[in-house]
Amino acid sequence: MKIAAEDITPVAFTVALFVIWEAACRFFRIDAFILPPPSAVFAAAAQYWWPLLKNSFVTLWTTVAGFLLAVVFGIALGLLVGWSRAIYRGLYPVMIGFNSIPKVAVVPILIMWFGIGEIPAILTAFLISFFPIVVNVATGLATTEPELEDVLRALGASKLDIMRKVGIPRTSPYLFGSLKVAITLAFVGAVVSETIGANAGVGHLMVQAGSNFQMPLVFAGLLALAIEGILMYAVFAVLERRMAGWAFRASMSAAG
Amino acid sequence: MIRLDDVTLSYKGRTGEVTALAHTSIDVKRGEFAAVVGPSGCGKSTLMKLATGLIRPTKGAVSLEGQLVTGPVKMAGMAFQHANLLPWRSVLDNVMLPLEIVEPHRSRFRREKAAYRTRALDLLGVVGLRDFADRYPWEMSGGMQQRASLCRALIHEPALLMLDEPFAALDAFTREELWVVLRDLWQRLGFTVILVTHDLREAAFLADTIHVMSARPGRIVETRTVDFPRPRPLEVCYEPAFTDLVHQLRGKIAEVRQA
Repeated sequence: MKIAAEDITPVAFTVALFVIWEAACRFFRIDAFILPPPSAVFAAAAQYWWPLLKNSFVTLWTTVAGFLLAVVFGIALGLLVGWSRAIYRGLYPVMIGFNSIPKVAVVPILIMWFGIGEIPAILTAFLISFFPIVVNVATGLATTEPELEDVLRALGASKLDIMRKVGIPRTSPYLFGSLKVAITLAFVGAVVSETIGANAGVGHLMVQAGSNFQMPLVFAGLLALAIEGILMYAVFAVLERRMAGWAFRASMSAAG
Repeated sequence: MIRLDDVTLSYKGRTGEVTALAHTSIDVKRGEFAAVVGPSGCGKSTLMKLATGLIRPTKGAVSLEGQLVTGPVKMAGMAFQHANLLPWRSVLDNVMLPLEIVEPHRSRFRREKAAYRTRALDLLGVVGLRDFADRYPWEMSGGMQQRASLCRALIHEPALLMLDEPFAALDAFTREELWVVLRDLWQRLGFTVILVTHDLREAAFLADTIHVMSARPGRIVETRTVDFPRPRPLEVCYEPAFTDLVHQLRGKIAEVRQA
């Protein structure tokens, strides 16, 4: 297999970023306490690989748990909202209002309710990520072509039939597109909650390292988060291609 | 077979009451090919929705085979200007969609899938799409998509076929090709057709009767019987009698547009 220049560029840019970072730290003699050079960050990552890995797993599972809750709840609510105009009108403003609350502000409440631990992280991940799922599922349903609906209704199709044969399959590209966004948000939510109050997770590790003035370890934590985030995004990007590939092709020849 | 009796339809628009259709009466016999022509915005599409029971008239009555229509008629096939095929289904699966909805096919569908598949393939064969059955809609031209859409409208052998400007978005050659396809399907299967169009030649070539509608509020201002012998070859379109008919229809429409 030939490797095209396009496939190399992401790697090249990543390497370049680290090289520039390292060079800048050395050239400007930046204090390692302010911005540790990548060499120090990697050294810290190698030294503390076990705590990093262990806490990454905690963050991963809280993220995934919150995300799965969001998927189940988001799809159900999205179908409900997309089902009828009345529900749409009633619920939409409520959801907008709910979504505009910064979730960081909710974390202390969750900690008061459920105590320090994984549950606030899971719930924050859930709260922050369900909204895009709801909106996308509802949009997919709401934008069904009226003519297509007429075709089916003239055949005697019930609302449930139209939903099953057209609405839900039609929604799938919207859904998978939103999952990509939602998993990233869930991750943000979990980490935010961990930095505020938890006894495990990468966010917790970073706060601890910060209070011990171990800046290289804080940055190693950031690096771990970045890698985890990219991996999760990639999984859902691939899933999207697999499950709703037709949408990428169909949009190219929508006319006719 | 289908009868609109002094039907009026009005709805509340943003600027008050809008009358889309006023005192319209049409009678289409079983197996007849009826065309409705008129200036744009005359309520032709409204007429179609009324006839299939998708909307209820404000006044008057719609009846199908002597039965008053009070809801969707559950037996009509429909095709529109846009093919509206489902992009996640292959052409064959798109055509089979009505079979998954209409009784009695619906309950038999799983068991007799193979038989239905053959039936769909045969129908696709009639319109020249047999080799494209496993393709997806986006892989086909507009004309091919429209053929598939016709097949979808006909697969459950509906007694009534409603066409709303089905060929309007196609180029002239493809359009004539599809006229022939539709003519042959109709001659073979003998269903009743109501074709809404603004193409007078299309109406004159295909239909038994042509209803001319006035501008909004729509009303039938003239009904013409077209008695060119069947089966009609495309050459009919170049005969003087045909040109005369189209010319007269055109005059009539110009008249109602003025009024």
